[in-house]
Amino acid sequence: MTFDEGQGYVVLATLVLPLAAALILIFTPGSQKMAVRYISAVTGAILAALSIYIFVAYQVDGPEAQMNLNWAWVENVAFLGPGGISLRLAVDGISALMALLTGVVAFAGALASWKIEYRNKDFYILYWILLAGVYGTFFAYDLFFFFFFYELAVMPLYLLIGVWGSTRKEYGAAKLTLMLVGGSVLIWIGIFATFHQAGIGTFDLPSLWAAGQDGTISATAQKVIFPLMVVGCGVLAALWPFHTWSPDGHMSAPTAVSMVHAGVLMKLGAFGIIRLGIQLLPEGAAFWMPALMVLGTIGAVYGATAALTQRDFKLISGYSSVSHMGYVLMGLATMNTIGITGAVLQMFSHGVMTALVFLMIGALYDQAHTRDMKEFGGLGRVMPLWVIFYAIAGLANVGLPGFSGFTAEFHIFVGTFRTYPVFGALAIFAAALAAAYMLRMFATVFFGPLNPHWKDLKDLTPLERLSGAMLIASIVIMGVWWAPFTERVGHTVTLLPGVTG
Amino acid sequence: MRDYALFIPEYIACGVALLVIALELFAPRLRKDLLAYLTALGAVAWFAAGLAFLDRDPKSYQGLFISDDFTAFFRLLAAGIVFVVALMSAEFLKRQRGVDQGEFYGLLLVAGSAMTIMAGATELLTAYLALEVLSFSLYVLVGILKRDLRSNEASLKYILLGAFSSALFLYGLSLVYGAAGTTSYAGIAEAFAGRDSGLDPAVAVGMMLILAGVGFKVSAAPFHMWAPDAYEGAPLPITAFLSTLSKAAGFALILRLFSTAFVTDAESWRWAFLALAAVTMTVGNLIAIQQKNLKRLVAYSSIGQVGYMLISIAALGYGDAQVGLNATSGLLVHLVGYIVTTLALFSALTAAVSRTGSEEIAGLRGLAETQPFLALVITASLFSFAGLPFFAGFATKLFMLQGATTDETIWIVALAVLNSFISLYYYLMVIRQMYLFDPLGEAVRFRVQPVLWGLAAILLLGILFIGMYPGPAFEFSEQAAKPLFESASAAASARVQAP
Repeated sequence: MTFDEGQGYVVLATLVLPLAAALILIFTPGSQKMAVRYISAVTGAILAALSIYIFVAYQVDGPEAQMNLNWAWVENVAFLGPGGISLRLAVDGISALMALLTGVVAFAGALASWKIEYRNKDFYILYWILLAGVYGTFFAYDLFFFFFFYELAVMPLYLLIGVWGSTRKEYGAAKLTLMLVGGSVLIWIGIFATFHQAGIGTFDLPSLWAAGQDGTISATAQKVIFPLMVVGCGVLAALWPFHTWSPDGHMSAPTAVSMVHAGVLMKLGAFGIIRLGIQLLPEGAAFWMPALMVLGTIGAVYGATAALTQRDFKLISGYSSVSHMGYVLMGLATMNTIGITGAVLQMFSHGVMTALVFLMIGALYDQAHTRDMKEFGGLGRVMPLWVIFYAIAGLANVGLPGFSGFTAEFHIFVGTFRTYPVFGALAIFAAALAAAYMLRMFATVFFGPLNPHWKDLKDLTPLERLSGAMLIASIVIMGVWWAPFTERVGHTVTLLPGVTG
Repeated sequence: MRDYALFIPEYIACGVALLVIALELFAPRLRKDLLAYLTALGAVAWFAAGLAFLDRDPKSYQGLFISDDFTAFFRLLAAGIVFVVALMSAEFLKRQRGVDQGEFYGLLLVAGSAMTIMAGATELLTAYLALEVLSFSLYVLVGILKRDLRSNEASLKYILLGAFSSALFLYGLSLVYGAAGTTSYAGIAEAFAGRDSGLDPAVAVGMMLILAGVGFKVSAAPFHMWAPDAYEGAPLPITAFLSTLSKAAGFALILRLFSTAFVTDAESWRWAFLALAAVTMTVGNLIAIQQKNLKRLVAYSSIGQVGYMLISIAALGYGDAQVGLNATSGLLVHLVGYIVTTLALFSALTAAVSRTGSEEIAGLRGLAETQPFLALVITASLFSFAGLPFFAGFATKLFMLQGATTDETIWIVALAVLNSFISLYYYLMVIRQMYLFDPLGEAVRFRVQPVLWGLAAILLLGILFIGMYPGPAFEFSEQAAKPLFESASAAASARVQAP
């Protein structure tokens, strides 16, 4: 067994471990609520450790795809040639960073769900299935399994939100599920068309990428398929005008689901645009990227504007997510190294920051049972730690130097100005709006006179502090020492087809 | 040579059928569920005998019937379906009065044997007779609840429309026979391939009539009107039987007939399948949204599924033998996934309905509290129908639609995917009842009869196995599809050499 092969099993473990946890939980009696929590906490901790290992072990001077694992699954049947479908996993610079994000958020989310009393076993089962899907999508180097895991990550959401959610949960759950699956319908059609056009009898992604780049998939076909793939993935990435599930879904979702969903799942969409758009269909990307730039910019400005008018914490964060994912799409649409690197950094940055925001909202809502901003004031006096954590998340959101948001947005703005100066200006305008809605919220909620109704609110529990601290550490490390992040991402981004320096 | 040995598995099936009927006649005091277990045992023996016919060289019986891997594939499916339905009925019929159980179980086996003959028939009249044997068994089975008005009504509707469709089918056969001068598939293919002029309009009409006749049997829209009523009126296990065996048998007949006898004129019939597929899946899924009754919901959802499957038959006409093989392998593997999923769903529904007594969707309210295992099986089955990963439907539907994708059929594949998206909506409405709402009355866990529990568990494992490791099922399907296209490619090469 070579070293690289051994590391392939580490990657495999990130999929198998959550599924194994789900399986163990199925056979755990539902009355053993503490056992369920400990099993989940341990799973989360191991996953976080594995993720950090994968991120650190990725060698910036090595080959693009590392830690390979390739198991033949179905081959030499009907239209499937040799290696037709294989469980092929590998890590590149982008997925290494995404793995780190998933590990941190998954662990934090598992701890944040400690408070759940109602059928917590079922909650954690679905939660771990979802995470297996997330890891699988990031590591899959086979189109069949990419889509398999992509759908797997979407599937549990209906029940997670519908059963454990709040505020109009049925509506939010149904809308979110149907819109996301509606998006995957487009991807599914795109997959059929791609496989047929490539005509090489395999779902192996590197082979298909090669087919896309050497013209085996004709330029015309690429231009037709690209919008299917990008809109399909874009729904999950809250691409305007397909973002409408995001505010409603986040408003209804329970804390941990909001954290994982906004923190990680929305990134699957942007990641899909890289994998199935830029890498698979470079001709299509060259043709359509200006359109994506327009939609991304609208999303960034629209999300920020909408957040400015909201009073519900979760709606503010929901729209702010639309805005930040708009930046990600803008960064991808620049098609230059710095812009795309910025987009991937923003995926990470927005992930940890949003997870922190939703964690804080959950900590407040569980006690106050309202999320209306106007009802609060002066919370700094009763929940100082809560205010500090929330403030850090908010400032990272605004893009203050020293936090991850700055690093990411700076890259995106530089990239955008290189190709589309006008849109770059609009993006900075949206960032200014972000400052407005964040500071408005700080002023209303954190400071001012304390409403005596809220004088009994408790500050963060130790578990919330622990998960919050992990997320803050990620935000700060990326804000002050971004070299390890940009090196890994840049290592892969420079090799993407059609990307200029 | 008359090779009677080709039918040994069917001798077993029909022998057990006679035995079961005789037992009830001569030993009326016998416990009735023993008949069910005897039937299930017979199905196992039938299955085992069927295994012996796999991987053999094709052997023909007098040019009427061929025993090849395609036939063997459907024989195994039939035995499997009869096994599951018999066990399901053992529990279900305990609660029904006035049912002649000997006939009930006997007819299950007879219907299953008819399906084998339909798959293996290489001659029009044999195919027709097998189709009629299957239909008559089903007419009786649907109406077996003699004191239930809905069951009687369903049976009557089914008989009237079924007789009508048989007439269409038979008239179609006569037109084809008139043009070809023979009823054997190979003879028809030869006659059509060797003619000088274009397609005779009478033959085109004949093919369309045959298509309409079989369309009734598989309940393709606009010939689906009987299905919801028959599904609703029939006893639950028979609803499962209708939506698995009767459809599989219809597809077996269509596949062999259109890929061998009518292959020359593929360009003349392929559009009809496309149109039929498009209408069937859209009608089925859109009407399913409005259903309140579980059986009617399943009826319309299975009509939708038939729509997807018809795409594969259309694809036979849009490519060479390789495309045909791809499409057929995909169709067969999806059929397997569909059957396993449907049987799992009905095992769970039988258990749930026997407890709640309600066949409405709302009757499943709070099932996740009162019986989480059944709720899990139902959810897994519905997700499998919708094509979500981990479950059989994801892989098999992907294979089927990918196999049917050609330059000309990609639009309808896209329509199929859109339709399966619509279907997710009404499946979620069922899942919502089980998981999002509290049960009516007090939430007490109830126990499931061990037989149904075991069936549901095994079938659930089957759904998961096919979903996660579809390789074996797909390879088996390809093996079953091969005989159809070896003769097709041989005929094609013969045609090239002829002039």
